[in-house]
Amino acid sequence: MELLVRLILLPPLLMAAFNGMMGLFAPGYRKQEWVVGGLALVAVAVPFAVTCALFFGFEAPYVVRYFTWLTAGDLQVDFAYRIDQLSLLMTLVVTGVGSLIHLYSIGYMKGDPGFWRFFAYLNLFIFAMLNLVLAENLPVLFLGWEGVGLCSYLLIGFWYTDLKNSAAANKAFIVNRIGDFAFLLAMFIVFQTVTAARPGAFGLDFTTLLAPETLALFDGPVGFWVCLLFFIGATGKSAQIPLFVWLPDAMAGPTPVSALIHAATMVTSGLYLLARLSALVLLAPGAMQIIAVVGALTAIMAATVAMTQNDIKKVLAYSTVSQLGYMFLAAGVGAYFVAIFHVMTHAFFKACLFLGSGSVIHSMHHVEHELEHKGLIPGPHGPGTHDTPLGSEAANDPFKEGGAGAFEEDAKARQARPARGYATLPYDGPFDAQDMRTMGGLKRYMPSTRWTFLIATLAIAGIPGLAGFFSKDEILFKAFEYGYDGHLVGYLVWGVGLVTALLTAIYMTRAYLLTFEGDPRWPDALDTHPHESPWTMTVPLWVLAGLSVVGGFLGLPPVITETFGLPDSWIHHWLGQAYGGPVAELIHEDLPTAFTTWMLLGVGALIAIAGVAFAWVGLRFGPRGPEADRGIRRLMGFLYRPASRKWYWDEAYDAAVVDPIVEGSRKGLAPFDKKGVDGAVMGMAGSIRESASRLRRLQTGVVQTYAFAVVLGVLGVVALLLFT
Amino acid sequence: MDLTWYLSLSAVLFTIGVLGVLLRRNVIVVFLSVELMLNSVNLSLVAFSQAFGDVEGQILVFFVISVAAAEAAVGLAIVIALFRNKLTINVDEIRLFRG
Repeated sequence: MELLVRLILLPPLLMAAFNGMMGLFAPGYRKQEWVVGGLALVAVAVPFAVTCALFFGFEAPYVVRYFTWLTAGDLQVDFAYRIDQLSLLMTLVVTGVGSLIHLYSIGYMKGDPGFWRFFAYLNLFIFAMLNLVLAENLPVLFLGWEGVGLCSYLLIGFWYTDLKNSAAANKAFIVNRIGDFAFLLAMFIVFQTVTAARPGAFGLDFTTLLAPETLALFDGPVGFWVCLLFFIGATGKSAQIPLFVWLPDAMAGPTPVSALIHAATMVTSGLYLLARLSALVLLAPGAMQIIAVVGALTAIMAATVAMTQNDIKKVLAYSTVSQLGYMFLAAGVGAYFVAIFHVMTHAFFKACLFLGSGSVIHSMHHVEHELEHKGLIPGPHGPGTHDTPLGSEAANDPFKEGGAGAFEEDAKARQARPARGYATLPYDGPFDAQDMRTMGGLKRYMPSTRWTFLIATLAIAGIPGLAGFFSKDEILFKAFEYGYDGHLVGYLVWGVGLVTALLTAIYMTRAYLLTFEGDPRWPDALDTHPHESPWTMTVPLWVLAGLSVVGGFLGLPPVITETFGLPDSWIHHWLGQAYGGPVAELIHEDLPTAFTTWMLLGVGALIAIAGVAFAWVGLRFGPRGPEADRGIRRLMGFLYRPASRKWYWDEAYDAAVVDPIVEGSRKGLAPFDKKGVDGAVMGMAGSIRESASRLRRLQTGVVQTYAFAVVLGVLGVVALLLFT
Repeated sequence: MDLTWYLSLSAVLFTIGVLGVLLRRNVIVVFLSVELMLNSVNLSLVAFSQAFGDVEGQILVFFVISVAAAEAAVGLAIVIALFRNKLTINVDEIRLFRG
């Protein structure tokens, strides 16, 4: 068993080191893309195979201890990993989806000069994520928690030559650090509380922490604060209000990164944390209500923003924030296994959507290059710049005086009338391969991408039978149940969740229609065609689309299984504490009747169908394309403007936090640095220089002066000896 | 004879040597004064050896004489090298280590 856990954890780490070192020191190796990518893929596929073996041969949870990591007083932390139902399920998702995305990346990143670096980071991420989900104690979990944050930072800023991407990476890292600080505080409180009550070595391990006698210590305000701090930690990593602002910007990274880290795995680690500590969180009903409300608010806020975005990845990013809000809603109403269920189904369809958008962006980049070659849009690959050196046209012009001056004049003239000779775009600004307004009609050129995107869209919208329907409906049902049991908040978040479900169906259908249906809207569409992506990219798409169809049957709601005599919800049995699993849940005494439950199920299905139908028929995007956004504008009324500006979150943070810090630094700290710190250092150096220039006069260079000093010294010593 | 006389003579010679080293400007004379100091010490060593009937003092004198011979050889070589470079043997004019 020890060996098997090693086989899960070590291959990604070793391969990250190998690819990184080889790429760094053997430049010839960087060109061997199939070797780099293949090895990296194997390093994730092996853990996946091992996890499958452990999963299907699972009997009872166990803990593997390797060595003692830290010993300090009562704190004794082991490097230990826990194999149980929850960690196995998460590991399956991480390594399974991870393998598919590695395969996809081989196609997507083809020809990138940083190919080796990308796969080294990706493998390091998988290692950190496995540490996170397999950890047996909070410090090891925190190690993985910080590790995924670091890899996220590295991969968001992967194309670091663009300052915008580096800024996005910094933003993600800094915002995450705020959440991590709360996580640390929570760990301190846990340690303090437990060791104060029961002296002796304690390593924050889950076995001790989640034992009933330890949990009893957290009944009361301590439990509330611990849960709240853990939740704040989770809001950072899992992009909830108020710390979600980094996730939309994180789309600056390569698309496979968005799929793996910012949709399927890392952003769900907050949910994993809450599910792992579910027994603890259940002791703090106040904290749970906060979690539910924050989750619901995040869900609807992000959904309204997603309605207004034109960048295909931004739509998916806000959709991810919104779906994560759903999961927190589920955790807040005490249905942790449903949250994990949605984590899983969401990993399938959102990874599929992101990879599909990556495939689209990939082909739109080809369109962009082709248009640049034809001289229809300005760019580095245009005809005037690609074939001949920049500015040579002006230099060769006999009517102009050659040299730099002429070139500058020419560049100015180009800037002044950029539209002449260039094709017009459906919007102001340069050609953007991610902007849905330039797309349209892609279904003709990219059938695989189109069908998988459509399947995933219907799945996330919640069309009955697909994965998203079951998980989302179970969340809404649990929220309703919570309300039915006497918590007003339950009904509130249920209502918000319903509206969000409708919005989700609308904005996802809109994204699909703008991208794949209607007529092409990029310039010169008759002669410039995009192409379907290579098989390395379409195979993962089909696998994920397939999982998005069948994934939901792992968690059929009880009302369906009872009516049709099917076996009970598998995921509930696998994870639930009632059946020996690690995930606790809130038990309700007052349950809605079967009829009500069926009604709720029907309402959920109707809302999804209505949303899709409304977007498809009511808004009639299709051929007319982006002008049809007027329908959405009318639908949202006065909410459209603030939503399209992302509810001014970034502006608010800039005004409240960023600007005061920058201003304060400029006005207060910069002068202090110049006068205070620099003054002290320079003053010290100056005084030494001054005193040295005086002391050097002692050094006359005349030997007899030194000899005289020696004689005086000898006389002094003799006098001392004689007269004492 | 009384040991005091020998020691007095040794002290006088030593003082003359020290003053010579400190006050004379000619390197050769400074060098001679160093030899004078060494030999004044030799004198007191021999005197003590005689007074206490212990031959160890005289052995030490031989060491001092041989070291002094070596020192004279090296020292004079340095003086010659100095003179070749500076064309002077006046210590006041040789200030290579001036700060």
